[in-house]
Amino acid sequence: MKLLEYEAKDLLRGAGIPVASSGGVIKDGKGLPAALKKAGQGPWMIKAQVLAGGRGKAGGIKLVKTPAQAKTVAKSILGMNLATHQTRGQGIKVKEVLVEAAAKIVRELYFSVVLDRKIGLPTIIASAQGGVEIEKLAEDSPQAVIRQPFSPQAGLLDFEARQLAFALNIAPDRLSQFCRIAKGLARLFLDYDCSLLEVNPLALTPKGMLALDAKVIIDDNAMFRHPDLAKLPDHEASPLEKEAKKADISYIGLDGTIGCMVNGAGLAMGTMDTIQLAGGSPANFLDVGGGADGERVTKAFKIILRDKKVKAVLVNIFGGIVKCDMIAAGILGALKKVKLKVPLVVRLQGTNVEKGREILSNSGIGLVAAQDLWEAAQKVVSAAGAKR
Amino acid sequence: MSILLNKDSQLVVQGFTGSAGSFHASQCIEYGTRIVGGVTPGRGGSTHLDRPVFNTVSEAVRQTGANASLIFVPAPFAADAIMEAVDAGIKVIVCITEGIPALDMAVVKRYIALKAPCARLIGPNCPGVITPGECKAGIMPGYIHKAGPIGVVSRSGTLTYEAVYQLTREGLGQSTVVGIGGDPIPGSNFIDVLEEFEADRGTDAVVMIGEIGGSSEEEAAAFFKKRMSKPVFGFIAGRAAPKGRRMGHAGAIIEGGAGTHASKIKAMKEAGITVIENLSEIGSTVSRLRQTASAAAAHSRS
Repeated sequence: MKLLEYEAKDLLRGAGIPVASSGGVIKDGKGLPAALKKAGQGPWMIKAQVLAGGRGKAGGIKLVKTPAQAKTVAKSILGMNLATHQTRGQGIKVKEVLVEAAAKIVRELYFSVVLDRKIGLPTIIASAQGGVEIEKLAEDSPQAVIRQPFSPQAGLLDFEARQLAFALNIAPDRLSQFCRIAKGLARLFLDYDCSLLEVNPLALTPKGMLALDAKVIIDDNAMFRHPDLAKLPDHEASPLEKEAKKADISYIGLDGTIGCMVNGAGLAMGTMDTIQLAGGSPANFLDVGGGADGERVTKAFKIILRDKKVKAVLVNIFGGIVKCDMIAAGILGALKKVKLKVPLVVRLQGTNVEKGREILSNSGIGLVAAQDLWEAAQKVVSAAGAKR
Repeated sequence: MSILLNKDSQLVVQGFTGSAGSFHASQCIEYGTRIVGGVTPGRGGSTHLDRPVFNTVSEAVRQTGANASLIFVPAPFAADAIMEAVDAGIKVIVCITEGIPALDMAVVKRYIALKAPCARLIGPNCPGVITPGECKAGIMPGYIHKAGPIGVVSRSGTLTYEAVYQLTREGLGQSTVVGIGGDPIPGSNFIDVLEEFEADRGTDAVVMIGEIGGSSEEEAAAFFKKRMSKPVFGFIAGRAAPKGRRMGHAGAIIEGGAGTHASKIKAMKEAGITVIENLSEIGSTVSRLRQTASAAAAHSRS
């Protein structure tokens, strides 16, 4: 789960990491005077709260010097459609802005904690060049990126923090504060089961170091350990994705026209790829899961068909533990409850496939049956095209 | 011949009496797997599926001589269950459980590295391991498999079934099929399994099924180039997947532009792995290239 900047900063503040004095989050102009007052003396920053990098460049982060200017800027950012290099061409509507005290920046560092998949350890990635895009920096000048793995139990050790500080050219009078922050961020990463904790920039100011921005992603698998975070709204998932999640269906909406229902995440991805190879484009990723029953199949159909872009549906089930006859009965049951107005192609394979196919062919519903995946993909692509 | 498990492997099932453990253990027994007992803390001394139940893995090992473990313990307790098996001296541990926190797996990996570096953990979040005709330790449908010379290693469950089904349909049996799982920190990666297949006399080609996210396919490609003599056929799922979204598996995500379909395909092609772009053509491609290769060999002999 991805947290918004202000939610992430709440975690940082709780862990004793210095952040800018906050005036809180406002949804409209009414709360602004109180927020400015709470943040302290100006100037202030007005920051759009959306899940996308590159907010500053896109005009979602502004420095304001007077309350009057703050009012104009807050009004212009609230409700704007923010399109950054990370939003894939579509804008995200800004519903909230964070008001905080602006800081005088002397120097900016890049600091993040990730889980390094290759070595299987939490790892700090830092650079003396802050405020930049780390992926680009890693590509252009890899020697400027410092990596420090640490123990998933003991956290970042003192000497590891010092090594990091010297590699980043932290001045001796800032050493102890930097080490405290580095160790605190490493501990926060472990305590909250983060998969990413990024502070960019970590700024040196005349008054000390400050985490000026914060991006946090929590490992969804660890939510059971964090009931407080589980209560936060999911800002990334669309309403359909949330509905699917409630029914234990893994669904991600895409831009294409062919709805898919598949069992297993890998096969679901493979099915999307096959549709693309056959000249079509998938409308979604959908894994009905291993324990799919009739009810789940019905729910999956409902979710797929709520997407108005869908011109045809492909069901691809490889029966293992899930039996094909049960899935076939599930499809029939679903079609009694859901009105299907687009062509349906079904490919069943695996356990009890003969029984499953028999159930479908005897049902009299107008579906297209396919034996293998390539045949199914070609049929659904042509069906989606014919409807257009 | 095979890797990891064979007809002599004796398995203990952790999470034996739970619903998933019971169902799948009985399927494995039906397949012919030698399941010698189970572990459910607090249920020691009882019998389940005609096998003894123990309170701890070490007791199960002492009493039964088990040398492999199959884990169905729920996610919050699974990491602990893996470490218990390692501590008891089990050498091959197959963990099916989905949804283990990634940091728990970081702790498990360190524990194995320090305590028993030669113990092999397969999974979690995987279908398991099967040596056709000898030992099924997992949730895969046994009947689609057939004994033979092709090794299969994969990050996905049903995608593996699809590949195995195609191979069997072409008359190509499998030496061992290993699901390494879809998590960001798996117990074993492609290299670990490829190394075993390279050394196994019963395997003469490998099908490797990867997906977007991480860099284990790229590392496997480099390993193949340096250390492997047997042909490898590769497929990567996720060509059509968007960046930054997790595609079902916790590990299947393109982060910061890394782990893309294109970069994996490129690495495999450059290393000399035969890349199969169309999922439906895994079986037919392996079959065709093997026929060409054996015809060429026959030609050079004559």
